[in-house]
Amino acid sequence: MTDLASRLAALGPLAPRSNIDLARLGVVAALILLIVFGALRYDNFLSSYNALSFLRYNSMFALIALGMALVIMTGGIDLSVGGTAALASVVAALFSPYHWAAGLLGGLAAGLAVGVLNGAVITRLRIQPFIGTLAAMLAAYGTALLLAGNQSVSVSYDSGFTEIGQGDFLGFPVPAWIALAAYVAGWVALERHPVGRRVLAIGDGEVTAALMGLKVERTLMGVYAASGLLAGLAGVILASQFGAGQPTEGVGWELFAIASVVVGGTLLTGGVGSIGATLAGALLLAMVFNILNFENGLGWISLSAYWQSVIRGLFLLAVIILQAKIAESRPR
Amino acid sequence: MSTAETSTPAPRAPRLGSVRWISRYGTLVAFLALIAFNVFVTPNFLSWQTLSLNLTQVAAIVIVATGMTLVIATGGIDLSVGSLMAIAGALAPMIFLGSILPMPSPALGVALALVAPVVAAAALGWFNGMLITRYRIQPIVATLVLFIAGRGIAQVLTNGNLQVFRNEAFQFIALGRIFGIPTQVAIMALVVGLAAFVIRRTGLGRQIIAVGGNEQAARLAGIPSVRVKRLVYVISGALAGVAGLIVVARNSASDANLVGLGMELDAIAAVAVGGTLLTGGRANVLGTLLGALVIQLVRYTLLANGVPDAAALVVKAALIIAAVYIQQQAERA
Amino acid sequence: MLLSMRGIDKSFSGVGVLSAASLEVAQGEAMALVGQNGAGKSTMIKILTGAYSRDAGEIDFRGEPVDFRSTAESQAAGIATIYQEINLAPNRSVAENISLGREPRKFGLLDRATMRADARAVLRRFNLELDVERPLGEFGAATRQLVAIARGVSQNARLVIMDEPTSSLDEREVAVLFDTIRTLKRDGVATIFISHRLGELYAICDRVTIMRDGRTVAVSAMQDISRIELVRAMLGRELTAFTARAHGEARVHEPLVEAKNLAAGLRVRNVSLTIGKGEIAGLAGLLGSGRTETARLIYAADRCDAGSVSVEGRAVAYAEPADAIRDGMGFVSEDRKVEGIVPEMSVRENMTLAILPRLQRSGVVDKQQQGQIVDRYVRALGIKCASAEQPIRELSGGNQQKVLLARWLCMNPRLLIVDEPTRGIDVGAKAEILKLLRSLADDGLGVLMISSELEELIAAADNVTVLSDGCSVALLRAGEITEERLMTAMAHQQEAAA
Repeated sequence: MTDLASRLAALGPLAPRSNIDLARLGVVAALILLIVFGALRYDNFLSSYNALSFLRYNSMFALIALGMALVIMTGGIDLSVGGTAALASVVAALFSPYHWAAGLLGGLAAGLAVGVLNGAVITRLRIQPFIGTLAAMLAAYGTALLLAGNQSVSVSYDSGFTEIGQGDFLGFPVPAWIALAAYVAGWVALERHPVGRRVLAIGDGEVTAALMGLKVERTLMGVYAASGLLAGLAGVILASQFGAGQPTEGVGWELFAIASVVVGGTLLTGGVGSIGATLAGALLLAMVFNILNFENGLGWISLSAYWQSVIRGLFLLAVIILQAKIAESRPR
Repeated sequence: MSTAETSTPAPRAPRLGSVRWISRYGTLVAFLALIAFNVFVTPNFLSWQTLSLNLTQVAAIVIVATGMTLVIATGGIDLSVGSLMAIAGALAPMIFLGSILPMPSPALGVALALVAPVVAAAALGWFNGMLITRYRIQPIVATLVLFIAGRGIAQVLTNGNLQVFRNEAFQFIALGRIFGIPTQVAIMALVVGLAAFVIRRTGLGRQIIAVGGNEQAARLAGIPSVRVKRLVYVISGALAGVAGLIVVARNSASDANLVGLGMELDAIAAVAVGGTLLTGGRANVLGTLLGALVIQLVRYTLLANGVPDAAALVVKAALIIAAVYIQQQAERA
Repeated sequence: MLLSMRGIDKSFSGVGVLSAASLEVAQGEAMALVGQNGAGKSTMIKILTGAYSRDAGEIDFRGEPVDFRSTAESQAAGIATIYQEINLAPNRSVAENISLGREPRKFGLLDRATMRADARAVLRRFNLELDVERPLGEFGAATRQLVAIARGVSQNARLVIMDEPTSSLDEREVAVLFDTIRTLKRDGVATIFISHRLGELYAICDRVTIMRDGRTVAVSAMQDISRIELVRAMLGRELTAFTARAHGEARVHEPLVEAKNLAAGLRVRNVSLTIGKGEIAGLAGLLGSGRTETARLIYAADRCDAGSVSVEGRAVAYAEPADAIRDGMGFVSEDRKVEGIVPEMSVRENMTLAILPRLQRSGVVDKQQQGQIVDRYVRALGIKCASAEQPIRELSGGNQQKVLLARWLCMNPRLLIVDEPTRGIDVGAKAEILKLLRSLADDGLGVLMISSELEELIAAADNVTVLSDGCSVALLRAGEITEERLMTAMAHQQEAAA
C-alpha cells in the first residue's frame, strides 16, 4: 500500500474546477449587467410594457435555441429549425379556423414530422446532421410555400388562436409562459432525468456511448424530434403573434440559434451544455437589440438598428475566443 | 497495439462496382438526362435564350461554390460567404457613386469599385482562416461570426438603404457580353477553370487535398497546413466578393438585406450534389459546377412544366440526400 | 476455471491471425498476456468480448459455453474491458460515468443522491476517495482507469481486461493501479493484464500466457519463468551462435545526427544516440520503451522537454517537420494509415508529396518531371500498381510502404528514419526493403531503423541503441549485435514500483 499523500497526488484532479462553469456564469453576469445598465440609463427600460413585449417577441427564438442546444449537446446540428418554424406557422394558420387547439396541434405535428425525418435520415441513412438537416430545411420551406400558395396565410381571429401569441395569462404574455414551461421541461430532462445524462454522454463520443451500452440511435431520434417539436411551437407562436402563417419567415434563424447556444457556453463538439445558460445566451443576444433601440431613443447618438448584428457577432467572437483559450489551458 | 494487417492482393484491378459508378458519373448522367428530357418536353429549350438564362442564374452560385469546394476539400466549411457578398455588394456602389470619397474620375471609381470590395472580402476570409488556425475554432463556429456580423456591417455601411444605380461600366461584369457570352458567365467559367487547374496541376492543389485527406500525414510530409488553410478561406472570401459584385450589378441595385441571403447553404448544396464529400480530402470543381447546374436545371424543368417553384425546393432536398447517400455508399463499398 | 478459450481460429480475408490459440484464467487470478505486435493478443481479446466473431474454437465463461455477439453482451455477462484510450465520457462526472445506462431513479427521475452514494461506495472498495461530482476529464489517466474499473465492478464484472493500462501512467499511478488489482484479486475478480513492461508483470501477475504468430506458445507461473526466457518465448527464437552479419570490419562513420539526453513526457526520459553517415543505426526496445517517440523528437514531429539534436555538429532546433525536411531528413512512420498515406490521393501524388516545392515551376507542378520520378521509383522499387494514378489505398501494405519510402528517397535525403519499415509486409518485400536500405546507406545515407524484429536488426544494422523504459541503456556495435545481448538489454528494466 502506498501512503496517503502520494495516493492523493496520483489521483487528484489535474486542473482546478473547470472554467466552463465560469464562462457560463459570465454569460449570466453579462445579461444581468446589461439589464442593470439599461435600467440605470433609460427611463422606461424596466417598464412592464418594454419587458413584456421583449419577452413576447423573443420567446420564439428562445424555444428554437432550446431545441438547438439539445441537438448540439449530442454533437449534432439542426439547420432545419427556421424552415420548420415557417412550415409550422403555415400549417397552424390553415388549421386555426377550426379550433385554436387544432392550430396548435397542427403546427406541433408539422414540427414533429420534420424532426422525426431528420432523426431518421441521420440515424438510418447515416448522413451527416449538417447535410441532412440542410436538406430538411429546403424541404420544409418548399412544403410551406406549397401549402400557403406562395403567400402568407391569414389566421382565424375567431377561434381564439391569436391568444397563443398575443394573449396574457396572469399578467404575463402566453408565449413567455410557453417558453418558460419548455425550458423547465428541458432542464428537468437534461439535469434530472437519466435521458439527459445519455444525451451528454453521446455528445462526449458516440462510439464510447454505444460501448457503454447506451441506446444511441433512439436517443438521437428523440433529440431531433424534440428540436422539431420546439421549432413547431415557435412557428405556432409566430403565426398567432403576427396573425399569419409566414412561409418565408425564419431564414437564418438556425444560425442565430446556434450563436445563442454557443454564447450560452455549449460546445459545438458536444458533451457539454446547460439549459439555463442557453436561455441567458438567447436573451443576451436579444437584449442587444433592445438596448440599441433605447440608445437611439435618447437621441444623443443614432446607431442604426443594423448595429445589432455587428454587436451580436462581436459577442459571439468574444465567447468563442474565450472558449478556445480555456480549451488551450486545459491539460490533455 | 494493432491487429496484423490484412494484406490485400497486390494491384487490384480498378473495377467499378455499380454504386461506385453511380457515385462517379451519377451527377453527369442526371445532368444529361435532364437536358434530354427538356429537349423533348420543354418547348423552346434548345435556344440561346434558355441557355443564357440558366447560366446567368447559376453564375454567382457557382463562383461562391467553387471557393466553398476548396474550403470543404481541406475539411472546413465557410458559412460567411453570403454576408461577405453583401459587404462587397454594398461597398461597390458606394465607391463609384463617390459616397465614401469623391472620385476624381468615373473610370477610377469603377476600377476601385471592382477591386476594393473583393480585397475587403478576401481580408475577412483571412480573418476566418486566422480564427480557425490560430485559435483552433471549428470552421462552422468561426465562420458563423462573420455570417452574423458581416451582414450587419453591410447594413450599417448603407444604413439599410437600397442603393439604386445605373453605371454601364461597372455593370459590364453582369450585363455585358464578351464575344457574345454574358460577362458573368465568362467570369464563372474563368473561376471554375482556374480552380480546376489549381487543383489538378499546381502544388497548392496537392497541398489542399493532402491537408483535407490526412492532416497528420501532410504535416509529416512537410506541408504547411496552417498556411494552406488560411489561403482557402481567403480565396473563398474573395470569390464571395466577386459574386457579390455580380449580383448587385445584375440587379442595378444593392440591398444589403438581401444580397447573398442563404447563399452559404446553396453553395454547400451544389458542392454536395457535385460529389465532394463534406469530410474533406477531395475537390471536384467541375462536379460542383455540374451540381449547381443540375439543381438549376431541375428547378427550370419543373418551372417550365408548370410545377411551382416551391416544389423544386423539395426536389432539391431529395437530390441532396440522394447524392450524399450514394457517395457514402460508394465510400463504404 | 473462470474463463477457458480453446482452439480459437480467426482469419481476416484469408490471412490467418489466430490458429488454435488458447487462454485460461482462474477465478481471482491476474493473468499476464504478452506477445509481440501482431501476435494476436488484441484479436483474442476482441473475440472474447464479442467485438469479433471467431472462425473456430470454444469459449467457456463461468462454466458455461458462451458466444457473445457484441461487447454489450459480454459486459452483461460480467466481462469489463479497460482500454488504453479509456472508453468513458470525459465531460460527465465520475458518478455519472459509473452509473451511465443504469442510473438509479426515484419517481422516474434521476436519483442523484443515490447515484453519488453508490459511486462513493464502489470507489471505497478500492480505497479511493474522489470528488465524484467533478468531470472525469479533469482527472489523470490513472484515475480515469480506476473509474473504468469501478464501473465494471459495479456492474458485477468477474473478469477485468486491461489493455496496456500502465503505458500512460507514472510510477505512483502504477502503484495505485496495482493496489486496485490486488483488491480485485481479493474479491475473487480475475484480471487479464496486457503490458510490455516486464517488471510490472512480475510485480502483479500470477501467471503468464505468451502468444506468438497467432498461437499460444507458453503458459507459466510468473515465478517459474525468467525475464530472458519470457522475452525469448515472445520473440520465438532459440538462441543461435549466429552473431553479427558478415558485413566486414566495423567501419568508422562520421557522425551525421547526434541526439543528446532527449526527454519528453513520460515516454522518453533520457535518450542519447548517434547516427553516422552511411550507417544504419538500429533502435531496439520492447513496445512502449520510447522508440517511436524518440524518432519523432528528432524529426520535430513532437516537442522535446529537454535535450539537444545536432546535425553534422551544428545544433538544430526545428519547429516543424518541414524544417527537418529542408535539412534533408525523411520519416517513414510505423502507422501507414494514420501518419503516412493520404488514402484518396494517387500513388503519383503520394510519392511526390514531400518534394512538391522542388517540382513546381511558378506554382505549377512539372508533370513531366514528376512522371519521370514516379516511373523511376515504381520501377526501381518494384511497386506493383495498376497505374501511378491508382488511389494508394487500393495497394497492398508492402506496396504502400514502398511508395512512402520513395516519397523520401526521391528528395535525396541525408537521414532517413524508418519506424518498423517491414511491418505487415510479406517476406519477399521485407528482404527487398532491407536490401534497399543497405545499398542506400552504402551510398552515404544515414538511416535510423526502428524494429521489433531482432533478426532484422542483426541483419541490417551497423550498430543498435537499445531503449528501455524511455532511457537508452545499451549501444551495441558491429560484432556485438547478437540476439542474446539484445534481449538482455531489452529485458533490463527498472523494477516497476510495487
